[in-house]
Amino acid sequence: MRKYSAFAVAREAFRHHKGWERAWASPEPKSSYDVVIVGAGGHGLASAYYLGKNFGITNVAVIEKGWLGGGNTGRNTTIIRSNYLQDPSAAIYEKARSLYETLSQDLNYNIMFSPRGVIMLAQTHHEVRGYVRTAHANALQGVNTRFIDKHEVKKLVPIMNIEGPRYPVLGGLWQPRGGTARHDAVAWGYARACSDMGMDIIQQTEVTGVRREGGAVSGVETTRGFIGCKKLGVVVAGHSGVVAEMAGFRLPLESVPLQALVSEPIKPCMDVVVMANTVHGYLSQSDKGEMVIGGGTDSHNNYTQRGSFHHVEETVRALVETFPMLSRLKMLRQWGGIVDVTGDRSPILSKTPVEGVFINCGWGTGGFKAIPGSGWGFAELMAKGHSPLTAEFGMERFREGRFIDESVAAGVAH
Amino acid sequence: MLTLTCPVCGVDACETELAAGGEAHLKRYGPGSSDDQFEEYMFMRPNVKGVHFERWRHAMGCGKWFLAARDTATLEVFGTYPAQTLEPPADILKAIKAKRPDWSLT
Repeated sequence: MRKYSAFAVAREAFRHHKGWERAWASPEPKSSYDVVIVGAGGHGLASAYYLGKNFGITNVAVIEKGWLGGGNTGRNTTIIRSNYLQDPSAAIYEKARSLYETLSQDLNYNIMFSPRGVIMLAQTHHEVRGYVRTAHANALQGVNTRFIDKHEVKKLVPIMNIEGPRYPVLGGLWQPRGGTARHDAVAWGYARACSDMGMDIIQQTEVTGVRREGGAVSGVETTRGFIGCKKLGVVVAGHSGVVAEMAGFRLPLESVPLQALVSEPIKPCMDVVVMANTVHGYLSQSDKGEMVIGGGTDSHNNYTQRGSFHHVEETVRALVETFPMLSRLKMLRQWGGIVDVTGDRSPILSKTPVEGVFINCGWGTGGFKAIPGSGWGFAELMAKGHSPLTAEFGMERFREGRFIDESVAAGVAH
Repeated sequence: MLTLTCPVCGVDACETELAAGGEAHLKRYGPGSSDDQFEEYMFMRPNVKGVHFERWRHAMGCGKWFLAARDTATLEVFGTYPAQTLEPPADILKAIKAKRPDWSLT
């Protein structure tokens, strides 16, 4: 693989850009691999990448039913933060955030990580208490956050109306090294690096069954025939339950669409990410100038990838009070991604009842930020059978009552 | 927008008037049941992509609970029926079969 560099841009400029290679190969599937990962989104590709990079396992195929990064990787609002309350969450999300810091250099692919800072607004006294508590917890966990008052919030975000009648801004939890990254580039960068290590990325191929022999996995049936494997990683987000059923086990998951929308592009007006969990809305400005707005999830299970329209109204109505200038903006696009939500709003990175099958799912409404940490931990789990990053996230925790309860802790927008 | 007919008061209610209550017909195990059974009741859900039986409450209307059969992929509603029902009634199953001939109750 030719490296991307300033020199490469200059070299190609002199020869009409004819020397750029394809970023990743699209090979025919082999008859078997050491490891098959189902799902070429961010989490699946990152898992494959760290299997190769950290453990030297490169006889790997990543199978994708659609196109690479075409699911939730391309549908999120690109926010990266690690200000969670519970220790296991803080550990894996902070690992991810710290890997994002140098991911562009690591992958030789510009993922446009922008540590612009994330504020989680406190708009009720309950939230103030909750975020002060989170700030203390983060201090103990080694995550750099602090609680700031409303005047500091106003200084960071001048377009905000902090004296709104219904939801006044009382302060916020500030993570200065949180931010955003280019979501597609994260998938593309990992895919290019995986392909360079000799892994096969097989797109437009749907897994239709999981073959087992004597309680252990022996391969997957796909729309392009049988592919054998010694270990299988299932990383398919909203459709985890569907693949788990093929393998013969059930998951404590329910799938709902989470919505987002973007406005027309405007001049730079807000250089941090703002999350307002009380009103179910979050906002950042993309490099193109669009205001990227994240909304709520539907109350009822469904797989429609669009979401209920009234949530758009609720989200925008609440945000307009806090950001009055948004009222003049036209919204360009709206979409939904199917998120798989667990009972405690924390992910599952786990062995399963079927030997050799591992599952990475349940990231719910906040998976993008976790991609590198999730891949790092899941690769270790698949290679060695255990990982300190994923130890607490086993699927048996529901049965045993060891929840990692970020739902009550409001570490997630929900 | 999703519209369900409340079988209690007869109103055609849109989803802003309703509160979703999750999967219907869950089997609740009594005292002395195993951890596996309790896990099954509390957390394990088929999370089907297709025909789904679920609980709803007419929260902004008559306030009563009822059940519905709905397709989670298309949002098509096959019918609603009273909450005091242990399994999907015959007319609902017939309505589903009419539109999904390959479907069967598992």
